[in-house]
Amino acid sequence: MPNHSKRFTRRKFLHSTALGAVAAASGTIAVPSILGAQGGTVRIGFLQPVSGALAYSGQQGRLGASIAVDEVNAAGGIKDVGKIEPLLGDAQSTPDGGNAEVEKMNSAGVCAIVGGYASNICLATSQTAARYDLPYIVDVGVTDAIVSRGLKNTFRFGPGFGVIAKTALANLVAINEKAGKPAKTVMIVHEDSAFGSGLAKLLNEQLPQQGFEVLETIPHPTPTRDFNNVVLKIKAANPDIVIPANYYNEYVLLARTMQQQQARPKAAIYSVLGGAASSYKFVKEFPQAAQYIMDCNHWFDPRNAKAQALKSKVEGQGQFFTYEVYLNYSATLLLVDAIERAKSSDRAKIIEALASSTFAGHIMPYGPTKFVNGQNQGAVPANTQVVGNEIQVILPEAFASAKPVYPMPRA
Amino acid sequence: MHLSILLPAIVNGVLNGALYALIALGLTLVYGVLHIINFAHGTLLTAALFAAFFMHQMLGLDPYLAVFILTPAFFVVGYALQRFIIGPASHGNDGNILLVTLGLAVIIENALLFAFRGDTRTIDVAYSFAVVPIAGMFISVPRLVGFGGAVAVALLLWWLLSLTDTGKAIRAVAKEKLGAELSGIDVAHIYAVTFGLGTACVAIAACLLIPTYYVNPHVGNAFVLIAFTTVVLGGMGSIPGALLGGLFVGLVESLCGLYLGESLGQIGIFLMFILVLLFHPNGLLGERA
Amino acid sequence: MKRHAFVPIVAAVAALACIPLIVHSNVVLNFLVTTLLLTLAGQGWNVLGGYGGQYSFGHAAFFGTGAYATAILQLRYGLNAWPAFAAGIAAGAGVGAVIGALTFPSGLRGSYFALVTLAFAEVLRIVASVAPVTGAGTGLLIKLDLGAHALQFQSRAGFYWLILALVTGALVITRLIEQSRFGAWLVAVRENEDAARALGVDPTRVKLGAIIISAAMAAAAGCFYAQYFLFVDASIAYGPWISVEALLAPIIGGAGTVFGPLLGALMIKTLGEAAKLVTGDVPGLDLVLYGAVLILVVGLAPRGVAGIGARFRARLAPQKPREAA
Repeated sequence: MPNHSKRFTRRKFLHSTALGAVAAASGTIAVPSILGAQGGTVRIGFLQPVSGALAYSGQQGRLGASIAVDEVNAAGGIKDVGKIEPLLGDAQSTPDGGNAEVEKMNSAGVCAIVGGYASNICLATSQTAARYDLPYIVDVGVTDAIVSRGLKNTFRFGPGFGVIAKTALANLVAINEKAGKPAKTVMIVHEDSAFGSGLAKLLNEQLPQQGFEVLETIPHPTPTRDFNNVVLKIKAANPDIVIPANYYNEYVLLARTMQQQQARPKAAIYSVLGGAASSYKFVKEFPQAAQYIMDCNHWFDPRNAKAQALKSKVEGQGQFFTYEVYLNYSATLLLVDAIERAKSSDRAKIIEALASSTFAGHIMPYGPTKFVNGQNQGAVPANTQVVGNEIQVILPEAFASAKPVYPMPRA
Repeated sequence: MHLSILLPAIVNGVLNGALYALIALGLTLVYGVLHIINFAHGTLLTAALFAAFFMHQMLGLDPYLAVFILTPAFFVVGYALQRFIIGPASHGNDGNILLVTLGLAVIIENALLFAFRGDTRTIDVAYSFAVVPIAGMFISVPRLVGFGGAVAVALLLWWLLSLTDTGKAIRAVAKEKLGAELSGIDVAHIYAVTFGLGTACVAIAACLLIPTYYVNPHVGNAFVLIAFTTVVLGGMGSIPGALLGGLFVGLVESLCGLYLGESLGQIGIFLMFILVLLFHPNGLLGERA
Repeated sequence: MKRHAFVPIVAAVAALACIPLIVHSNVVLNFLVTTLLLTLAGQGWNVLGGYGGQYSFGHAAFFGTGAYATAILQLRYGLNAWPAFAAGIAAGAGVGAVIGALTFPSGLRGSYFALVTLAFAEVLRIVASVAPVTGAGTGLLIKLDLGAHALQFQSRAGFYWLILALVTGALVITRLIEQSRFGAWLVAVRENEDAARALGVDPTRVKLGAIIISAAMAAAAGCFYAQYFLFVDASIAYGPWISVEALLAPIIGGAGTVFGPLLGALMIKTLGEAAKLVTGDVPGLDLVLYGAVLILVVGLAPRGVAGIGARFRARLAPQKPREAA
């Protein structure tokens, strides 16, 4: 746990906004200029849904960001600017919760905000931040709408689902062709909110173009209590490939139910943004159900020494190395680099620095950053497969650690 | 729809429905006697699931054994909640009882979040994936046990209410509170016993659910609406109504999910609910209000 | 019509209207905007539940309809924000009329009515999550277009005065109901529906009137939400969260009183912020505190915050001299 005394706790941060409110109430200057960074420190807001339905993801995201902050501060802070004072905010898993936090962070004089996690939260919070020309770095939220509103302040480090769907499909075609095209029929099982629906729509458009036949597309709510009927349909249709796109809990239930009902697609379970498919937690707790599952998802660069160091650190703390951790870690370092190049905590300068950023000190397999309309062009997902209780990277070949086992062996 | 899908779907629906019935049994008892809608029911289920999880995690106790410890434990918890918090705070006012149980729900869920973080936890017992092959279908063993459990608990509750003195006192208070009080029945105690029984039912449901489900601070919320629906459908306060209502709800859910898809299919439960209430306002087996 | 009954409303609104002129902190303004939004939804609930005694667990049905109507009309039909807003209110009122027309003649009351409203809200939520017109799972994003013509304001103050105007309307309507014969019938139905019927009141028509007004107010809150956040999806529009908040505020503040929802909303929101302040950024702890204080408040002020005021007034009223035996 980061050292409490060094952290700018919520208590102090809210006190300062109360002071700010009083000062503003007395009719003087606008708030942010009163509460500029105290000499030698720069304030950054870290917004995550740490309570409510998304609590686990929020906590993991916060973990990644906190480790990055501690490392930067331990090395003396941001060069020429000062140490980071992190302001931690809880979006409470709702857009208006996130909004309220952005207001407070802005009022407390942060120079930028990182986080949001869920697409609908990010949409609201980045928009609110735009009112104050406050730089906002989206950590995960994959909806493409996030970066297509023309907001100058919003940057997304990771890929959106347009890119993810395209890459997933291209990789599937490649894997399939290499194995002699054993698969033709597909079934899609997706959660029915923003990310699942959006992804399913794209897949339905693009799969037939690549010669696949979509037998059925099955949406389901989050949460879903029982997958037996879904699995019945899978067994009846007997597709070559099943493509799940959902959150962790539902993915686990689906996988377990498939194992129980002995429903095995002939070629593969090929997840796209599968909630648990590339999760160390899932593999550890359900080794049998996880066997041979493929995923096209966010993944760190396994060749990167910093990534491996971070992995050891996180696992040493007894936590799982999940995508929220390394995406937030990287996004924080990206921001730090921009602040360093801007040589100040001025918001406009940071936005400029981000827009022209060519940051390569992150731990994702993206190459140096390049933002167009706020989207990092190099951001791509990677393909993984669970082989022998390990999560192996199978594509891109540049850093693959194993060859795909495809089609998966008969049980 | 081919019979090879339809038949297992029907069986699945009924087995799921048994679980809903078990969760609804506690709720309907509490409603029938205290006339309160217990908003905290879902979070009590969550708490019981956590308890079952830790019994397994730390004591190595199988949930089917842990149920014998957790049921009386949660009875006490429920008793205390009603006796010392809900009863005194609400002064008998309906609106206030709502708020108090809501407040309790918020406290329980977030206390669990605070104590145990948001991680999803599961247990793996030998029979988690066990199936019984019947007529070409793979029937989940834990779900079968759940079905048996629901019927057993319903019968037990029925026996308790009909044939024991406490049960008679409960029914007296449910029918005519003032008269019961005048006959010397300690109403506050009876209320608390009823709430305790309701909470104990939830503990049993948790132990039967955990082999095939997962645990996190928000997990009970997924069952609240369905439990309410089951209670009202079966007739508030009716034990056999909750059992039949649960099975019926499970069946409707399964068939609608099959024909309309899992997302839209959820509509079937609520539409049926509305229809039943419009034409039979006291539910399938409910008493005249 | 007692003119002086409106004085407290005018005074309160005037005071509230001045706030953006003095306070420039957007944190405070955003806080007040969300509080007033909650007040509006709660005022709607209050008309049906507080005055009419018909507790609804499904006010999301009206809120969500307003939000979606506003969004859909602007996005798919290019309608201007102002008429879209009005249409949203009308749509919400329409849904209220339908639900009322279906449920009241059946004689559904009490908990059964409450749960059937919940069921309606859930049906709408499920349909909205799959129907293409509502954007299905992806939701609807209203285009950012700052300016009064699009009912989007550069400064928070603009939104603040808009929601304040809507709340004022709701307060005035509530007071008018209180003072009118309709209001008397409504309260009669709440207190004893059968007795009211015996006196010649038509409970079904009265309740129908109440639910329409109630739905219109909740729908207005929904339309405002869409304009403020510019994003609507099924769980935001029709989710249980708004149904719960809409009943929490009036019950805490005092159901069946004009200012109950406002007081309740202020209390709830302030409590939420205070809890966060006290507990720091540990996940969940602030909400535990929030729930605990909620229970305490209910225990100590069973008639709501407004009820405390009533108790004080009763205590301060001059004692009538006892009649000689």
